[in-house]
Amino acid sequence: MKAFEGRIGLIWSGLLLASVLALPWFKGGAIGASALAEGVAGRAWLLPLVAVAVALTALTFLTRNWRVHQAAAALVGAGLAWLILQGFGIGLRGPALPGIELLFPAAAAGQPGFGWGAWLAGVALIGALAEVLAARGFCRGERFAAFSIVGIVAALTLFVFFPILKLMSAAFIAPDGTLSALPFLARITAADLWSVGCLTGAGRCGVVINSVVLGVLSAAFATALGLALALLVARTDFRMKRALRAISILPIITPPFVVGVAIIVLFGRTGVVTVEVAEWFGVRPSRWVYGLPGILMAQVLAFAPVTFLVILSALEAINPTLEEASTTLGARPVTTFRTVTWPLLRPALAAAFLLAFIESLADFGNAIVLGGSYDVLSTKIFFAVVGAQYDLGQAATLSVLLLALTVAAFWVQTRWLGRASYVTVTGKSDAGLVAPMPLLIKWAAVAAVLPFVIFTAGVYMIVLIGGFVTDIARLEMSPTFGHIWTAFSFEVGDRGLQLFGSAWDSMITTLWVSALSAPLTMGIGILTAWLIARQDFAGKRAFEFGTLLSFAIPGTVVGVSYIAAFNVPPIDMTGTLWILVICFVFRNLPVGMRAGIAALAQIDRSMEEASQTMGAGGGRVLADVVLPLIRPAIFTALVYSFVTAMTAVSAVIFLVSARHNMATAYIMGRVENGEYALAIAYSTVLMLVMVVCVALMNLAVGRRKLGRRTAVTGTAQPAQ
Amino acid sequence: MTEPAIEFRSVVKRYGDASAVAGIDLAIAKGELMTFLGPSGCGKTTSLRLIAGLELPTEGQVLIAGRDVSRDPASARNVGMVFQSYALFPHMSVLDNVAYGPAIRGTPKAQAQARAREILDQVGLAGLEARLPSELSGGQQQRVAVARAIVQQPDVILFDEPLSNVDAKLRRKVREEIRALQRRFDLTAVYVTHDQEEALAVSDRIVVMDRGRIAQVGTPAELYERPATPFIASFIGDANLIEGQVVEGRFTAPGMTLDVPGQDGPATLSIRPERITLAPGGPDRVMTATYLGSRMEYLVAAQVGEMLVSRPIFEPRLAAGQDVSLHIAATDVSRVA
Ligand SMILES: Nc1ncnc2c1ncn2[C@@H]1O[C@H](COP(=O)(O)OP(=O)(O)OP(=O)(O)O)[C@@H](O)[C@H]1O
Ligand SMILES: [Mg+2]
Repeated sequence: MKAFEGRIGLIWSGLLLASVLALPWFKGGAIGASALAEGVAGRAWLLPLVAVAVALTALTFLTRNWRVHQAAAALVGAGLAWLILQGFGIGLRGPALPGIELLFPAAAAGQPGFGWGAWLAGVALIGALAEVLAARGFCRGERFAAFSIVGIVAALTLFVFFPILKLMSAAFIAPDGTLSALPFLARITAADLWSVGCLTGAGRCGVVINSVVLGVLSAAFATALGLALALLVARTDFRMKRALRAISILPIITPPFVVGVAIIVLFGRTGVVTVEVAEWFGVRPSRWVYGLPGILMAQVLAFAPVTFLVILSALEAINPTLEEASTTLGARPVTTFRTVTWPLLRPALAAAFLLAFIESLADFGNAIVLGGSYDVLSTKIFFAVVGAQYDLGQAATLSVLLLALTVAAFWVQTRWLGRASYVTVTGKSDAGLVAPMPLLIKWAAVAAVLPFVIFTAGVYMIVLIGGFVTDIARLEMSPTFGHIWTAFSFEVGDRGLQLFGSAWDSMITTLWVSALSAPLTMGIGILTAWLIARQDFAGKRAFEFGTLLSFAIPGTVVGVSYIAAFNVPPIDMTGTLWILVICFVFRNLPVGMRAGIAALAQIDRSMEEASQTMGAGGGRVLADVVLPLIRPAIFTALVYSFVTAMTAVSAVIFLVSARHNMATAYIMGRVENGEYALAIAYSTVLMLVMVVCVALMNLAVGRRKLGRRTAVTGTAQPAQ
Repeated sequence: MTEPAIEFRSVVKRYGDASAVAGIDLAIAKGELMTFLGPSGCGKTTSLRLIAGLELPTEGQVLIAGRDVSRDPASARNVGMVFQSYALFPHMSVLDNVAYGPAIRGTPKAQAQARAREILDQVGLAGLEARLPSELSGGQQQRVAVARAIVQQPDVILFDEPLSNVDAKLRRKVREEIRALQRRFDLTAVYVTHDQEEALAVSDRIVVMDRGRIAQVGTPAELYERPATPFIASFIGDANLIEGQVVEGRFTAPGMTLDVPGQDGPATLSIRPERITLAPGGPDRVMTATYLGSRMEYLVAAQVGEMLVSRPIFEPRLAAGQDVSLHIAATDVSRVA
């Protein structure tokens, strides 16, 4: 055991030594351009890092247990601080922080971003830090847990908090590059944000007003529809229950824009429905669908399944005996519904509303396709960065606003609703019949759901056939594979397989990004869940909040913040594949985490402790005991992160590059050009690929194989 | 004396402000079965987990086999633990469960399995190796848990209320089995329970804990017959507590005097119900007489106060309302305060 500890120490100090002596320190550096070489050649501020590496290595060799040595803590702390300070302090063209040249006299030389050497040095120092902490009793001395916590905290800081901070500071940067509060104040009070002209009839409304109006309307409609759906499924013998449940999965695997395009095809100026209606009623076809009505339609369609699931689970959790009690007391169905069911449902309705509100604010795809001149925050942010006037300050200001709105809604949701939930989960089987629905309410629900079902059917019909007919938008319906071929043509000739189709590049990148980010997201998510559920450490609450926070940040804001943070050294990685992967990993982290926490709550902790007392370190415990028992959560996390990586657009639209384009960005380009058929065809292929990949994952992860009589608690029933 | 198998040196474990263990000094000898006994929340489980390494002490040291392991994680110690819920791995067969420890510590698979088979045989589970834990009865699962804990010849084996999931009728049998195994393998064992009868039955020595501290350490007989404090006297078995004064070696209370060595001043004596004899006629009176099958229990109103008396069933029975005289021998009392 002692020898082993020594070896772990050698791994970190060895890695540190290699990263300062052998590896290229800077991004794109040559093999020989190590920290030592660069330091000697004029960037003297790198030399202390070399000294730390050498000293730490010496310490691991010279002392019996370097982990508890005072000098180790000092060296590791100093090394990390120095690495960060010089990295962020000295930019490409010299000092990047005011006053930094006092500390680094030679800073004017400037430096490129972190390369392999710098990254690995960071990892090695974090590893050594975890060792030092574990030796002092952090995480009950478990090095694996200590390393995971330190590592994840570092990663969250770097990829969630740092970009947001950078974004906020960018909001205060004037067009000429100086820092001051004035431009922020000017931007944030601008009339085109807050004007209520459209309400008073004096022109257009500000973006913030637009966004909030859209959010409220969309959330209200989606919640009402979700309630109707849930009531029909849970409280009636309605035939189509299974179909309704299936519909709820559709929005998750539907690429963005598809619904928008389908709506245009149906209701646009030359749309199928519009033309028919025009002929029948003799009205002039108009572009009415662009703007609030169109976005609203698309959003309600997309969010209703989410609200449906939230309300359904609340409805199913209501103990029927409560309603029964009311009925036996002589209440009529309507009274029972009004006095028992409805009050019990209210928290769920509020939760569903807020969820849809947040989603609506964050939605980018529908707004950009259907928005017309109806600007919302997310599209406005996009045009500030991508449009002709590249104005990061403006984008950042709007992002801060959007972030404030969503975080406020998120906060209300977790705080206020967390307390107001009355749902009774007793674990007892609830005998008793659910109260019959009042007829009036039943028919109201049917009336609400019917258009939704027809509309969904229409939209997905278009998606299904749109890619395979000449031009769906003009109702030219001769079957063709032309669109698919344009996107995915290939040739197998004497030079092997050659891919000509215009969509191949983006498809391949998308698959790469998904395939890389899904296991990473799952791994980090489950690991985080395990740390939160099973480890006690200082700052755990903040840790948990931080991981959940990344969920509340709208994709557009993430995109802008990544541009603000990772366009410049020390971490310049815009335009790479990695920034896409990292973006997805940290955006989807909370999903894997929640699935993991829920699964772990079902598992008796003493099984892990048993494994520990038998000699397993944290990693083994995870691999041998935890992971086999939470396979369903792993599967959920894997599928979710894979699918979102294939369909998300709001953040990646800022991060794609000519070299690494993603499917959704490509599709958006086609939609902008009016090539609807191609967009639809590509989307169809994308959905097909997703279905196949999810099936493969299901095979790989497999189902949980346990004994028939099992509860996963490690406790068995006492002998009878 | 040889070096203790386990030693606590001024061990403190705090959670936030509250001390679960508030300063413990204790040595457990090799081959001994030591029981931690005490009311709920007194820190028994915490002390056990401190030995296992599942918690690390806030202050003080824990030594196992003479080595300071205070900062070693559980995986770096050589202890076996039997959990209250057994904590068998539901996705592994009985054999894999038992072979898990040796395999983790680097024993080749075939050898680990052979060793596991051997132990399973010794605990009487031969033939059940291929089953999943969910396919065993509660008692069998318990034996698997014990087999799994001892397969690696640990420095110490820890039991956290191992009988709480066992059917009441089976308890005595399982507890005998545990004791027999512990003797046969000459294991040092630490056993946690809040059942005093169980503690008296299995232990070589018992540590009685109270609010994170040790109240008394001793053999079952010492604790029962010579409790050091009123708390211990009434926690283990039933006790009559008599308050009075000691003057020049004589204890006086209303209606009684006894020779009790020790310091002069106010004193409390403890006397077990079965140590009191009753004779018909006298100043005291039987208030209730309860037939308990194996014995009679009387509540007697005496001059010193109400006394609980327990008499063998074959003695002449007394009835409620009868006048009696109550006799206490000086050798049967212990001074608890
Ligand atoms: N992880 C923890 N965090 C905070 N307090 C704890 C923790 N574990 C135990 N405690 C507290 O420490 C005290 C001792 O707990 P411990 O589990 O050792 O009691 P116990 O003697 O085993 O009781 P029982 O017989 O009920 O199992 C209790 O007051 C308990 O609330
Ligand atoms: Mg306990």
